[in-house]
Parts: sequence; structure tokens; C-alpha cells
Amino acid sequence: MVVETEVIRHEYLRHDKKFPHVWCPGCGNGIVLGSLLRAIHELGLPKDDVVVASGIGCSSRLTTYIDFNTLHTTHGRALTFATGVKLAKPRLKVITVMGDGDATAIGGNHFIHAARRNINITAVIINNSTYGMTGGQYSPTTPYGSKSTTSVYGHVEHDFSIAELAVTAGAVFVARGTVYHAAQLDKLLEQAITKRGFSVVEVISNCHVQHGRRNKLGDAVTMITGFRDRAVPVAKAAKMSAEEMRGKFTIGVLCDVDKPVSSEEYDRIRQESCQLPQ
Amino acid sequence: MASPETGQRLLLQGNEAVVHGALAAGCRFFAGYPITPASEISELLSVMLPKVGGTFIQMEDEIASMGAIIGASLAGVKSMTATSGPGFSLMQENLGYACITEVPCVVVNVMRGGPSTGLPTNVSQGDVLMARWGTHGDHPIIVLAVSSVADCFSITVRAFNLSEKYRVPVILLSDEVVAHTRECVVLPSQDKIRVVDRIAPSVPPEWYKPYADNNRGVPDMASFGEGYRHHVTGLVHDERGYPTQQPKEIESFLMRLHDKITKGFSEIMITKTQMMEDADVCVIAYGCVSRAAMQAIKMARAHGIKAGMLQLITLFPFPRKAVDAALRQCSAAIVPELNLGQMAREINRVNQTGTRVVKYNRIDGQMITPDEILKQILGVS
Repeated sequence: MVVETEVIRHEYLRHDKKFPHVWCPGCGNGIVLGSLLRAIHELGLPKDDVVVASGIGCSSRLTTYIDFNTLHTTHGRALTFATGVKLAKPRLKVITVMGDGDATAIGGNHFIHAARRNINITAVIINNSTYGMTGGQYSPTTPYGSKSTTSVYGHVEHDFSIAELAVTAGAVFVARGTVYHAAQLDKLLEQAITKRGFSVVEVISNCHVQHGRRNKLGDAVTMITGFRDRAVPVAKAAKMSAEEMRGKFTIGVLCDVDKPVSSEEYDRIRQESCQLPQ
Repeated sequence: MASPETGQRLLLQGNEAVVHGALAAGCRFFAGYPITPASEISELLSVMLPKVGGTFIQMEDEIASMGAIIGASLAGVKSMTATSGPGFSLMQENLGYACITEVPCVVVNVMRGGPSTGLPTNVSQGDVLMARWGTHGDHPIIVLAVSSVADCFSITVRAFNLSEKYRVPVILLSDEVVAHTRECVVLPSQDKIRVVDRIAPSVPPEWYKPYADNNRGVPDMASFGEGYRHHVTGLVHDERGYPTQQPKEIESFLMRLHDKITKGFSEIMITKTQMMEDADVCVIAYGCVSRAAMQAIKMARAHGIKAGMLQLITLFPFPRKAVDAALRQCSAAIVPELNLGQMAREINRVNQTGTRVVKYNRIDGQMITPDEILKQILGVS
């Protein structure tokens, strides 16, 4: 295991980048980065054929550190750039990494349309319930009543469930994991990347520095182990009442269906339209 | 449906000619969102692109359209979008991204009356300064204006060529009148069309520095998936593409972005003069208004007035040399525009000889007629 970690670190991190990275000690983003690299390594994808696009925010800085074709785009727009890359060069494996505010506030429209459109892209959304980089303002996943730098009296709005939103919008593969369940996350990412069509993995993560501190949720270890206690496997949750699920969330695969993939369908259109008279 | 290869006479509207020009220039990716008066460009490309192995996609909005064409261009495919004022406003964010990451792409803005939803089916030239300065920060950009259906073909080709050569987004300003006017044009055959492609790196991947300066000021551009793995970011970056906050690296990078355009001035500045040899009064115009202006000049000549025409095709970088020459030669210049004087302001800015510059403006959604311009010429003669 140690040997493999060394291999992955050597093979997939950019060594000519001026480290250290921007993340705070204990941040869950590093765990997601590790999981993503292990999944890609396990799948044996050539580095030259992988494109990772991200938006803006702490989690989106991930693209800076990894040795693929990387695209750090504008806030919320990673999926739009990814759509262009994928359609222009379908042989590339396109993965996006976004935060909760990035993907579901400013990028919410792009997110639901990417799911509806069903292009062969994987979206990894790191959900830490806050805008960490800008100082801890409330995001679309900040829970009702929580404190943030823009809801010091307690948040009066309700939060999105990102994975359920993706299911409803039409994503063919949707999973939720946490930074506590790293081994499971490796597998979920592998499944998502392998899936034909638009796949989504929501990763529940910790921002103990902004969200955690203001809501007395403890340090990084406390927050991350808290995910262990609050996460319920999808199959088990199906047998639990709403009351029993209060304060908890599901992990695992929420949706895995097959639908025609629009990027592949378009190839058929190309073939057919060539046959038509000019 | 005519293919762009034909050398035959065609009756086309401006929007259709833009499509043929784009295809002739090698455009193989289009992302857009429906908007009047630009929608015909989307509609025709949705038919034509798959036939040539290209891709058409209708995105959820203009922000997404702009993102998609940048992504496609990074993957090595020449890309374009087309819109009008409200959509052009939404594109400004990612337009800035294309400037700082030096991604070639062409953005067609078929101008209609503004501000806001404004006059969707009426003509205007209200987006001229927005095309230059719409996205935030000091940035380089090229803005071209078309005045005829023939222009819509040839200038679209030029737009792609400049974009590829200088790795900069090029804004093609059309307007509702040019877009919907039908004229007879003969499209040149493909072998007569000069097509410029971005220069790919020739060094081995491990030597590749995606944003390193060279004598052109335009770094070689590797496409995603060709072995030259690199980082693309909208943050100010060093020559390897990684974010930097070093003042020296910041300034040299941003200056290079501007200098690469300055180095190309002689090629980028496109203007056209007619009857200027002996002119004492000139009309400086662009877009559909230059058509009315040309007619007015002929009418003025019939009155015995030595009138001439300076048509601006490149609006930005501002063609200072050509404007300066016209202002030095003439005692007066008429600047008719379908806005409140956006280019007249630029012309006055470079007016060193105190030549009389007379603005003539309409913002009521109607064309300026030759008679109106003639009246202005007679007024200064």
C-alpha cells in the first residue's frame, strides 16, 4: 500500500509546480484528490487522454496539482468547457471537479443541463457546505439554521441534496460518498468514470476552518468521523423511516441506468447527414 | 443547401454568408443559444456542421456557449458562437477567459437595439465599445465589422485566421441589416481561400512551456490529448501555465498579451478607402451604415463636392494610421453611426489636426439613409 501510494504520488502529481498547495491542514479536498488518482490509476487510463476541468474555489484548485490535461475554468462553468472538449475530441476521458457553490449555485443551470443532455462526462462535486475560499459565506448546501459569514443570525434558507438533484435532472449514474469512506470513494469514482453517459459523484467533505468553526462542529477529525456516524448505505436507508433518517444522509450508488449518450448519438447524426444530398 | 466549396453565384443573406465563411475557414465546432437576429447562423450550422464531421450544440445559455467553444478550441477544433446584444453581455465572462488563456475563437455579435432586451428586430451599432471593453481588466481583443454579404464571407475567414495566428478571440460585429439583407455573391472556391492554423509545438512534450514568449509573442499551442499535458487557468500564470503572484511574471505576461497584437498591427488593421484621392470631405463609417455612406458620397460627387470614404473593417485595435491620414487630408469628416457616437469618440481621440468631426447618429432602430448623410456632407462643404 505504501509502495502504491509512492507510485501514485510520483506518477500523477506535478513536480514542477510550486507546492505547497492552497488547502488548509485537515481539508477533505486532499482525500478526494487521492481517491481520484487511485481510481484513474486502477482504471489504467493514459494520462495524455485524461482531461480534468474545474471551476473556481478551494476544491477547483485540485487541477493545478495533477499531471493531466487540466483546465481551471471560470466560476461554475467547468461543465460547459468540458462539454466542448468532449464533443470536439470524444476519445478523451473528461472529468470535472467542482465545489457545492460552484456546481449548484453559479453553475446550477449548467449542472442540470449537463445531466439532462447526457454527454459522457464525470462530475465530482466536493460538498463542504460553504464557500471556503472567500471566507465562509452560505452556499446552496448550507443547512437551515447554520451560521456563516453571511448568515450570522442563522441561515433561513433550505439546502439542496446534490445527488438527488442529479438523479432528477437525468444523470445516468449518481453516487454519494464522503471523505471518511475513502476506500468506497475510490470504487464510486471508478464506477462513475467507467459509466457511459453523465455520471455524478457527490463527496461530503469538511471545512472545519469556515463552516465547522462557526457551527461548533469540531476539528477536522471530529467532522470527518461525524460523516461515519451520519452516513447510511442506500440499501439500509430504504428500510428506515424519515424520522430515523433525520440528520443523516445516504451513501453509495443512488442511480445507475442506461440511456442513449448524446455525444455518441451525435456521431450517428454525422454519419447520416453525410449521406444526404448537398 | 449549397456547400461552401461551390464557386457559383448564390443569393445569400449575411447570416448565411457568415456560416459559409466559417466553414471555409475550418470552423468545425459551434455552440450557441437562440437569439434574434442571429438565429439563422445556428440553424444553418446545425445542418452543415455534421455533414463535414463537425459539431453543433445548442447550449443552455450564452455563458455555456462561450465555455463550450473555448473547450472545443483547446481540444484543437476551430470554434465559433453567434449571438446578439443580450447574449453578448452574458459571454463577456468567458470571453475574458479566452483572452487570458489565449484560446482562438470567433464570436459573432449581430447587433440589435439596446440596452437590455431593447429592440430585438431593429438595427443598431450600440455594442461597438462593449466589443472592445466588455470583459473586465486590460485585455487584448480584435473587433471586425462587416458591411455586406460578401464581407460576411471574407471577413469571417479573416476573423478565424487572425484568431488562430494571434491566439486571441476575434469579435465579428454584424448588424440586423447586414444579417438579413440578401445579396448575390460568388463564393471563392476552397483552394483560393487562405486558411491560417495555430502553430503546434515542435519541441518534445517535456520541453514544452505553453505560455513561453517567442519572437512572435504568440506561444505555440498544443491541443489536449496530443501528449503535451499542461495546465490552463484564468488566473494570471507563468510561462508553464501555473498561477503566479510574482510582480515581474505578472507584468511580462500581461504586456506580452498586448504586445503580440501591437506586433501584428499592419496585418490586423483592415480599412478600405474609396474616392479618397482628391477628397476634401470624408465619411468615416463601418457596418451597414457604410453602404448608405457610399451612396451619399456618389450623390455628393454629383453635386460637385469632393467627397470620399474611409470604411473601417477593423474597429479595434483602432486603425489610427488610416483615420489620421483621412483627417489630415480633409477639412471635415462625417461620422454616421447607429449609436450616440461610439467610434466618433475614438476618431476625435486621434484627431491631432483639429479637423472638424461631425457626428450623425440615429438610435431609433432605423437605418441612416444616404439623403441624411448627404445633408451632413452639404452642411460642411
